[in-house]
Amino acid sequence: MNSRQFAKIAKRVGFWALIAVIMVYAVFPFYYAVITSVKPSSDLFRVELWPSTWNLDNYAQIFSQSSFVRAIFNSIIVAFSVVFIALLLGITASYALGRVRFRGRSTVLLVILGVSMFPQVAVLSGLFEVIRALNLYNNPAGLILSYTIFTLPFTVWVLTTFMKQLPMELEEAAIMDGATPWVTITKVFLPLMWPAMATTGLLAFIAAWNEFLFALTFTLTDTQRTVPVAIALLSGGSAYELPWGPIMAASVVVTVPLVILVIIFQRRIVSGLTAGAVKG
Amino acid sequence: MASVTLEKVNKVFGRDHIIKDVDLSIGDGEFVVFVGPSGCGKSTLLRLIAGLESITDGDLNIGGTVVNDLPPRERGVGMVFQSYALYPHMTVYDNMAFGLKLANTAKETVHERVMSTAKILQLEELLHRKPKALSGGQRQRVAMGRAMAREPRILLFDEPLSNLDASLRVQMRNEIARLHNRLGSTMIYVTHDQVEAMTLADKIVVLNRGHIEQVGSPHELYQRPATKFVAGFIGSPTMNFMPAELLSGTADGCRVKAAGVGEVSLPQAGDAYSKGSSLTLGVRPEHLRLEAPQGDNCFDIVNVEYLGNEVYVYLEPKEGSTLLIHRSEAPSQWQEGQQVSLVPDTEHVHLFDESGAALTLSATRSAA
Repeated sequence: MNSRQFAKIAKRVGFWALIAVIMVYAVFPFYYAVITSVKPSSDLFRVELWPSTWNLDNYAQIFSQSSFVRAIFNSIIVAFSVVFIALLLGITASYALGRVRFRGRSTVLLVILGVSMFPQVAVLSGLFEVIRALNLYNNPAGLILSYTIFTLPFTVWVLTTFMKQLPMELEEAAIMDGATPWVTITKVFLPLMWPAMATTGLLAFIAAWNEFLFALTFTLTDTQRTVPVAIALLSGGSAYELPWGPIMAASVVVTVPLVILVIIFQRRIVSGLTAGAVKG
Repeated sequence: MASVTLEKVNKVFGRDHIIKDVDLSIGDGEFVVFVGPSGCGKSTLLRLIAGLESITDGDLNIGGTVVNDLPPRERGVGMVFQSYALYPHMTVYDNMAFGLKLANTAKETVHERVMSTAKILQLEELLHRKPKALSGGQRQRVAMGRAMAREPRILLFDEPLSNLDASLRVQMRNEIARLHNRLGSTMIYVTHDQVEAMTLADKIVVLNRGHIEQVGSPHELYQRPATKFVAGFIGSPTMNFMPAELLSGTADGCRVKAAGVGEVSLPQAGDAYSKGSSLTLGVRPEHLRLEAPQGDNCFDIVNVEYLGNEVYVYLEPKEGSTLLIHRSEAPSQWQEGQQVSLVPDTEHVHLFDESGAALTLSATRSAA
């Protein structure tokens, strides 16, 4: 073996070793959650990389709690509503901001961007008052409202960038064919914007699905909670015991849908996020 | 099919006055070409007719009704865009059917119209394909098909051939000409390419800085340019211009003196101008004769271009920096470095005054 071949192999090995490190770093916590969730509570603190026994008691336990099932249901409603509203408003707003010339267009865009710069804690108390005033306290609708506020700026920006890239003549061709702005958006632009919509929709979904602070602050009773809060509030047999098994089982249950969604849409996400980065 | 009339049409974008008092009438079934340098407002004028831009002032009349405030779909116009602008997610069939479907046309009628349009444009084999699977020429035909399928009264073309390569352009130019003969519909065509303008048009409209310089048949524009701008824009290679001075002018003709060429008697009426007015003499490259130098009439040949069928001889001008061009059939005896005299063919010399307007032929001549 000459030195050249050796260098080549060394490079190969180094490359895959680096990938392995990153994989372990990223995936191991989730993997450990999965194996913890299938251990009986007596084995919880015995360190092992492959569970010796498979035990689904923790899953049975969390699903037997009606409040947890209810929380999943609430999360689904909230997340899907946020995605739907954000995309609907985002598409129509991006048409206006990307296609219609009006005075102060860039100011509006900057204000929208500015909104997303506030940390959640900064607006928490103010938003709390708003939600109380709208009579949405302890109601998933309050969460939908507050999540949409934080999701929309990103959605609008990405979709506006994307909308600006669609050729002007395409819209004019639609106008010549007799299309109204709404028909142009739904029949001509929407089919071309799927990658961007998949990206922004998925990110909005993840944000709404994982959000904790607002969900904790704006809800009071078990029946109105979303999953992140429900997991945090899972209690064990006594005040001195944290029920790690059920917590891990619940975490796995709420993470799996996200993993599946990301795998389904991953190609679209990449093409959506890099759209406009390079021409062609 | 319909006629189009523009009366004192103006367009202002912010502070820019793009179209200035344009009056134009286009007859039923005419093929009209708007031509001019870039930025002259030809595309804007087309978009005003299409309804994609609003008219600031003046009236646009299509088929007898003022359509200033009608949206494009109610004007009965179809448009072919420079980039084709086909809907990328739709098949050729759907592209052509889109406008008809939006107009709530009955399904059988949609099918019938799309199929007959496809037949005219030879697109029948391609109906199920998406635009990305088509060649440039095919996309061009689909774009025309989409504009035609709704059976508009007027077809508008916005530089439709500029994205094609040279040989395909000639082929599509022929197809458009044949299409016009077959359909007989009114067509308005924008181009910056004078060859397209000359070959396609029944009537050419030359635009410059937002106003019409001249309207006329290709023959008229070439033989009798109304202004110096038109004379310089139409024809390739361009017309030679030489400064000249009016020696004497009557209603029947005039005598002018140009540096180098000397005194020439011309048939243009010169009575409207005072003696000594400075004019511009214009001669097309093929209307010059080169002879042995005679006294003052002596020009240096700086370059000779051989193009196979013809030869361009470039001469150093007496004034200004634009080289004079002489065109003749190949072969040519002239060589670089030789000195020659210029003899313009007085039948084909143009005279322009200081404002750029052409001097008209004398009454006796134009009657003849």
